[in-house]
Amino acid sequence: MAEVLVLVDHADGRLRKATAELLTIARRLGEPSAVHVGPGVEKAQVTLAKYGAHKVYVVDDADTAGYLVAPQAEILAALVEKLAPAAVLVPSNAAGKEIAARLSIKTGSGLITDAVDVRAGDNGIETTQSVFAGSYSVTSTVTAGTPIVAVKPNSAPIEASPAAGVIETVAVPMSDAAKAARVTDSRPKQATGRPELTEAAIVVSGGRGTGGDFGPVEAFADSLGAAVGASRAAVDAGWYPHSSQVGQTGKQVSPQLYVAVGISGAIQHRAGMQTSKTIVAVNKDEEAPIFELVDFGVVGDLFSVLPQATEDVKKRKG
Amino acid sequence: MNIVVCVKYVPDAQSDRSFRDSDRTVDRDGVDGLLSELDEYAVEEALKIVEAAGEGEVTVLTVGPAAAANAIKKALQMGADKGVHVEDEAIHGSDAAATSLVLAEAVRKATSGTPELVMTGMSSTDGVMGVVPAMLAERLGLPQVTYASELTVGEGTVTIRRDGDTASETIEASLPALVSVTDQINEPRYPSFKGIMAAKKKPVEQWALADLGIDSSQVGLRAAWTSVVSVTKRPPRAQGQIVADEGDGGSRLAEFLAGQKFI
Ligand SMILES: Cc1cc2nc3c(=O)[nH]c(=O)nc-3n(C[C@H](O)[C@H](O)[C@H](O)COP(=O)(O)OP(=O)(O)OC[C@H]3O[C@@H](n4cnc5c(N)ncnc54)[C@H](O)[C@@H]3O)c2cc1C
Ligand SMILES: Cc1cc2nc3c(=O)[nH]c(=O)nc-3n(C[C@H](O)[C@H](O)[C@H](O)COP(=O)(O)OP(=O)(O)OC[C@H]3O[C@@H](n4cnc5c(N)ncnc54)[C@H](O)[C@@H]3O)c2cc1C
Repeated sequence: MAEVLVLVDHADGRLRKATAELLTIARRLGEPSAVHVGPGVEKAQVTLAKYGAHKVYVVDDADTAGYLVAPQAEILAALVEKLAPAAVLVPSNAAGKEIAARLSIKTGSGLITDAVDVRAGDNGIETTQSVFAGSYSVTSTVTAGTPIVAVKPNSAPIEASPAAGVIETVAVPMSDAAKAARVTDSRPKQATGRPELTEAAIVVSGGRGTGGDFGPVEAFADSLGAAVGASRAAVDAGWYPHSSQVGQTGKQVSPQLYVAVGISGAIQHRAGMQTSKTIVAVNKDEEAPIFELVDFGVVGDLFSVLPQATEDVKKRKG
Repeated sequence: MNIVVCVKYVPDAQSDRSFRDSDRTVDRDGVDGLLSELDEYAVEEALKIVEAAGEGEVTVLTVGPAAAANAIKKALQMGADKGVHVEDEAIHGSDAAATSLVLAEAVRKATSGTPELVMTGMSSTDGVMGVVPAMLAERLGLPQVTYASELTVGEGTVTIRRDGDTASETIEASLPALVSVTDQINEPRYPSFKGIMAAKKKPVEQWALADLGIDSSQVGLRAAWTSVVSVTKRPPRAQGQIVADEGDGGSRLAEFLAGQKFI
């Protein structure tokens, strides 16, 4: 069976959920091999094998650290040339898409981004994209080179399927060009203890309607074990960090449940959450456009609705 | 410092965007178009750099149909010095890779082969792929520093701050380089009356593929490395249940969530 390369999304070997999803999807197309760039593969190997990686290609040298996306694109290009895989799957986040973009040009291969489904079709690999803020579904194929697909998080339920996960260390000489942009300083953000926004099964977001008090939003999120998001209005006001912004210029999330609180539902916000499975809104304006999308909506003041809901959720959970 | 800013002309996101039935490409005739809002931030940042340096020129470059001239016009009204419009029937239906090829050759020609700083938005508001900047950098052999929320141009270097998921990073590259900017970086100016009048006299070059030495077989729908098989309009989400809070709104919300097995 043809090999399918999966770029591992990790921080020092700590895997992001997207990696297990990509491996699960890769099994529909061929035999998955993981590509692990950077340190920590000894931590990652067990999980990579668990989700079906037959091989784990490892590139871990100083040249890959601190240089952004260009080295990873060079590594994948070298592997594509050597192995002629059936496809390359990367996570559809900012870095994944840029690596894919450079790989596409280096190898003369078509690139599809923001895929919400990937499957083996009659004419090779077929993808589904959800476009124009979720109003259209587009089915596409790649017609040149090695299909490169950037897959959105939460596009497949992860399933284990143990494989050998044999480590193969590869050496790829890095060009000077790949090292031309470097990270000179990095200030880690404080961990919130909540799930990561794009990976979470439930997201509760607050908007301008919170008036800057995210307390009720956070309490409700915590009762559900949810991640907390924000509209751009809330971010621009300085109430919540930009990395929590949901929407066109923030994160695109696709959780099982999205709760919009004090958010009107502007097109740019919808672009980031419209593919959520179930949508709920709390807004005091019954005319708010967000209500056009919801499965369940409460017209009311968030400062009374949310605390009551939080108490009830806690009671039900016992 | 001479800066080339790539700007895209896109269908207005507020209007009913759709695809042409004939070839499944974006319908750019049926709806109002405009300069992609996210590219305004790149234009603004370029203007600020040149204004601060007291020298240099901002060239705005677009690849698109006749109406894309409006995107250039808006950027010139904001204060850019000149425009380049690459328009050719053969480009219709190009994918991201082909678009980046045309942009790369146009940047080369506009800068006589020696670009100093190339700027783009973080993504378009129609395709929203966010890949053209990296593709363009790859083709031009430039380092890329993308998603800048702050930008400083120094002696032969460019430094940005990027607000990442787990860290706030400072990234540096030597010039020439390509920089993409986010909507956090500045507040784009509105064209002034003076700006609108001045724009009328600013030069706009019109180039076709032949001017760039690109063969028409390298671009367009037939040369695309990706192919759209089908496009389906999603049925609008069926409207759910909406209740007015009469003192029990929170409980009813919890009840709904329990019914859906979220609790
Ligand atoms: C280029 C560009 C990119 C953008 N990208 C994004 C993006 O990525 N993400 C994003 O979110 N936006 C984005 N925007 C902004 C977007 O257009 C809206 O301005 C923004 O989403 C509005 O945020 P909001 O819904 O919180 O605020 P508003 O639109 O002001 O809505 C606030 C809502 O809260 C309700 N409310 C007020 N008080 C209460 C209360 N006590 N209880 C319950 N409800 C209450 C109000 O009825 C209202 O509906 C972008 C805009 C542009 C131009
Ligand atoms: C809904 C949709 C989905 C698509 N999916 C794919 C796909 O999966 N694969 C694929 O190969 N193509 C795809 N395309 C086609 C692709 O969007 C276009 O080829 C487009 O020219 C480049 O991609 P983008 O608009 O997403 O640009 P982005 O990469 O999002 O653009 C980033 C920046 O590049 C610059 N830029 C982009 N285009 C131009 C231009 N024409 N002129 C000047 N500057 C520009 C701007 O500064 C812009 O801010 C899709 C198009 C649509 C509408």
